[in-house]
Amino acid sequence: MSAHTDSQTAVEGTPSGREAVIDIADVSFGYTATPVLGDVSLRIGPGEYVAVVGPNGSGKSTLMKLMLGLLEPDAGAARLFGEPAHRSDHGSRVGYVAQHASASKEMPITVREVVKMGRFPHVGFGRLTASDWEIVDRAIGTVGMSAFANRRVTQLSGGQRQRAFIARALASEAELLVLDEPTVGVDVESVDAFYDLLEALHENGITIVLIEHDLGAVTDHADRVVCLNGEIYFDGPTEEFVDSDALVRAFGAAASSLGDTA
Amino acid sequence: MIDPVLLALQTGPIDVVLAPLYWLLEFWSLLMSAFADVTGLQMFEYRFMHRAILVGLCIGIMAPLIGTFLVHRQLALIGDALAHTAFAGVAIGLFLNSVIDLGVSPYLTAVVVAMIAALLIELISEATDAYNDVSMAIVLSTGFALGTTLISINAGGLTVSVDQYLFGNLSTVTSQAAAILLVLFAIIISVVALTRNQLLYVTFDETAAEVSGISVAWYNRIMVMLTALVVVGAMQIMGVILVAAMLVVPVAGASQVARSFNEALLVSVVLAELSVILGIAVAYYAGATAGGVIVLVAVGIYTVSVIGGKLQTALGEESRPEMGSIKVDETEQFGD
Repeated sequence: MSAHTDSQTAVEGTPSGREAVIDIADVSFGYTATPVLGDVSLRIGPGEYVAVVGPNGSGKSTLMKLMLGLLEPDAGAARLFGEPAHRSDHGSRVGYVAQHASASKEMPITVREVVKMGRFPHVGFGRLTASDWEIVDRAIGTVGMSAFANRRVTQLSGGQRQRAFIARALASEAELLVLDEPTVGVDVESVDAFYDLLEALHENGITIVLIEHDLGAVTDHADRVVCLNGEIYFDGPTEEFVDSDALVRAFGAAASSLGDTA
Repeated sequence: MIDPVLLALQTGPIDVVLAPLYWLLEFWSLLMSAFADVTGLQMFEYRFMHRAILVGLCIGIMAPLIGTFLVHRQLALIGDALAHTAFAGVAIGLFLNSVIDLGVSPYLTAVVVAMIAALLIELISEATDAYNDVSMAIVLSTGFALGTTLISINAGGLTVSVDQYLFGNLSTVTSQAAAILLVLFAIIISVVALTRNQLLYVTFDETAAEVSGISVAWYNRIMVMLTALVVVGAMQIMGVILVAAMLVVPVAGASQVARSFNEALLVSVVLAELSVILGIAVAYYAGATAGGVIVLVAVGIYTVSVIGGKLQTALGEESRPEMGSIKVDETEQFGD
């Protein structure tokens, strides 16, 4: 972890050849006339472990969607691996883990079938080859779910399910892992194991962006914290965030403007 | 091998295109006749039954295939909405035939109208960012209202009963309608076979699919258009009112007992075929409407599946494997 604590400064002085994974420049966005995000700038370099925190309705998920190119900014530019995010063709380089899978809870699908989807950006319309399946099974092994490979996802606990989704990101050989409040509804023991897994992936060089509501998890694990509430209140090393008043200012602002951001 | 009388009756330009399929239907008829000789079952002796059985078997594959993707996206009702707009398409076809003597199969106009409606539903949902019940209900009622109005205006000039479109009919499946169904069937199977990866990803996790570079909007459009094709194809023997059941009921049954997605696809097809075959047989011997009987059989099978699924869960509780440990360091595939 210690090797990455000064990563922010490393990114700011990004040397040639080390392109930023995520580059949000002066981005504003609103679903309606009221902006959700105003003039936000954020660069995340390779190998960083960044947590984005903020109160409900602070624009965390919106920022994430802009990063991933799911939304287009009203003003400014969002780039992913150096290309405009919404037009980028980096599907296999990005792994996304949602709070809950958006699909029907009744859908009969096994862990292996979920992880298999990680190979789809690589195989397109074709079939998975033996080596694709090898990568799938290795990813399942990495997250410690081999014994559950042929289980229906509906039979898993919240923590196990999130591990399966991480395995899917690993199977796609993602360099960037974006997680949107991944531990909501997951039991405490599984949460610890889950953060250990992220830590291990981080040490292996994967860039991690964690959208988080649980501040304890953030300060325990991430190297860099971005505190958001419509604009960026703090962006720096975790240790400095703990000592700063950014949280009070950001969450205080939330209390007074709760109505318009929902 | 082709019946010359049959050929002489088919004069439209579409029949030239469908000629190879007529030959295929003749071949199927020969097979069925031979089957009737072997088994002595009266049901397999008639040509209209040969066509009805073929159409039924195709429905048993394509309806649950598409239905599996729809049901697991909570889009079960879209089939119903499209079936009712397909009815408007039938009415337009009948109207044009009687007013300007167009001579086109009502099933073809139904395909066109249902596809347009499917795209409309999809575009509305893209614009409003949600599939909503209200827009679906409006499309459904508009389709049916348009259909009934056109038919009532046209009542004097109509030589065919609309009952066959509303309730389906085993005995009115013409060679042309069966051939059109074979074309629809081939299109549906080919498209699903080609795009199965993308359809699965979009069905299971739309956002992650979008992130991974799959154009969710395009695959949604493909999905609703395929649904329109299935609905029109299945309408012949299921009828407008019950066609959506074949998209939903076998799939619901399969997801009770299947242990994986592939298994769910397979089981839903098996359950649908079972319903179709039993349903057609019962309808034939009891003189009942096939669509109704098929759906009742399917619902019966669904009920058995629910009970089976509950038993399976109750018996499968004892095996609880241990979680493995996390071992990222052993792998070299990640990062750059």
